[in-house]
Amino acid sequence: MNSVNNQQPLLEVKKLGVTYTDEKGSLQAINEISFSVEREQFICVVGPSGSGKSTLIRILSGLLAPTTGAVFLDGSEIKKPRQGVGIVFQKANLMPWRSVLRNITLPLEIKSVPIKEAESKARELIELVGLKGFEDWLPQDLSGGMLQRVAIARSLVQDPELLLLDEPFGALDALTREKMGAELLRIWRARKKTVIMITHDISEAVFLADRVLAISPQPGNLRLDLKVDLERPRHEEDRFTPEFVGLTQQLREAIE
Amino acid sequence: MKVILKFLKKVGFIILSLAVGLILWQAFTTYSDIPSFIFPTPFDVWEKFLSVARDGSLLFHTLVTLQEVLLGLTLGLGAATLTGYLLAKSRTVERVLSPYIVASQSIPIVAIAPLLVIWLGPGIFSKILTSALIVFFPVLVNTIVGIRSVPVELYELMRSLQANHWQRIIKLEIPAALPVFLGGLRIGATLAVIGAVVGEFVGADKGLGFLVNVGRGLYDTSLVFVSVFTLVILALGLYGSVVFLESRLLSWKKRE
Ligand SMILES: Nc1ncnc2c1ncn2[C@@H]1O[C@H](COP(=O)(O)OP(=O)(O)OP(=O)(O)O)[C@@H](O)[C@H]1O
Ligand SMILES: [Mg+2]
Repeated sequence: MNSVNNQQPLLEVKKLGVTYTDEKGSLQAINEISFSVEREQFICVVGPSGSGKSTLIRILSGLLAPTTGAVFLDGSEIKKPRQGVGIVFQKANLMPWRSVLRNITLPLEIKSVPIKEAESKARELIELVGLKGFEDWLPQDLSGGMLQRVAIARSLVQDPELLLLDEPFGALDALTREKMGAELLRIWRARKKTVIMITHDISEAVFLADRVLAISPQPGNLRLDLKVDLERPRHEEDRFTPEFVGLTQQLREAIE
Repeated sequence: MKVILKFLKKVGFIILSLAVGLILWQAFTTYSDIPSFIFPTPFDVWEKFLSVARDGSLLFHTLVTLQEVLLGLTLGLGAATLTGYLLAKSRTVERVLSPYIVASQSIPIVAIAPLLVIWLGPGIFSKILTSALIVFFPVLVNTIVGIRSVPVELYELMRSLQANHWQRIIKLEIPAALPVFLGGLRIGATLAVIGAVVGEFVGADKGLGFLVNVGRGLYDTSLVFVSVFTLVILALGLYGSVVFLESRLLSWKKRE
């Protein structure tokens, strides 16, 4: 481990502002947001629809360039998509013509990793996300929860340091959602990743995260940076403790 | 076992339908007063078939037409795929080229075929070109529609995985556009036969279209029938090949 590297936050967002401009005019999606993220932290970002959450993920993943300000990963500015960042999109975003296994090997194929090696890595992750036996299935034959597991496995296959998830469980029912959240925590602990996850479910955010960022809409502003000091591992019942409820209350007020 | 039974049933129906057709045809020719040089009996046609098959002329002319069709199809396909890709990718190219493309579609191929024969001579090239021209449009349209139908999210995925141009084309655009593209090819394959025959009609000294013309001139309607049937089989063969290709390449797609 490089000790110098470890003192510096993994991610630094400095005075980030994003304005979308097209023929119809311009729209300020993010006003001016600054925050930094330590290694191996689990961060959730909450905010109502249209508060620029997806925009933030697109910036952090390098898919979109900031209008003002800058984002640094490991001290170097993010200008385009780069190695070491895994993304899970809101829709699972799988290729319908590829099997589960092949969808997961895709990132490695693009990096020209020999196919045998890619497959054995993919199989490892299939096991991690609990999809053993479904290697050769096509996306069209899987449930929503399973699709997201594939997407998560795919984002992990390059062993990224930073994992970005944009409302990965948004399309799932409440029960599956809770289950997937617990799975994600398990994976996070097993793999020692830094996670930034978008959600508009405040309770989910508090349950999962070390720290929750609340963004207000139009334009997106950072309203609250809340540390969640609840003990881990957390259990479903914890959601009803006064501490937990207090935290969700604070976040709700910040957003409204 | 089930599959074999199903297949036999299908073949059985085809044979039955052909047999009924032949009987009706025979009945029509025996009970009407139409002389057989105007409308031949199935038996006349069979006799003619045997004679042209034996002296090798049928095979010769079939191979000529097949060659024109295959070369025309390849040329049309190649040109349409390349142009279609460029059109789908660039609004500017689309704006510049589309008036010509649309205009060219309103000119019937029979009207330009004589010009092509004048320019390229009565040899094989004018037929290849008429065939290619008629193939061009449906394949072009389907290429454009196919490429435009590639989901934006998958482009984003490829970008986030740092795929280069070739990887994007090979791993995303080709497989995603393939179903629509093959639909165009299916139409193109049968049109290619028509294109070649139109070219042969205008001026040729070999090929099945030429044979039809000879039969017409000699009032040898049996010869016309033999040639037309051969053309139908040729077109069906090509169509079948594309369908076969579809079933191999698109096995991931659920059949309705
Ligand atoms: N490509 C774009 N061009 C123009 N405006 C955009 C674009 N993408 C997003 N916006 C606008 O920016 C604002 C923030 O969008 P964003 O998708 O980041 O919100 P969000 O917080 O992810 O919302 P949701 O919870 O509904 O996913 C919205 O008002 C949206 O209309
Ligand atoms: Mg969003």
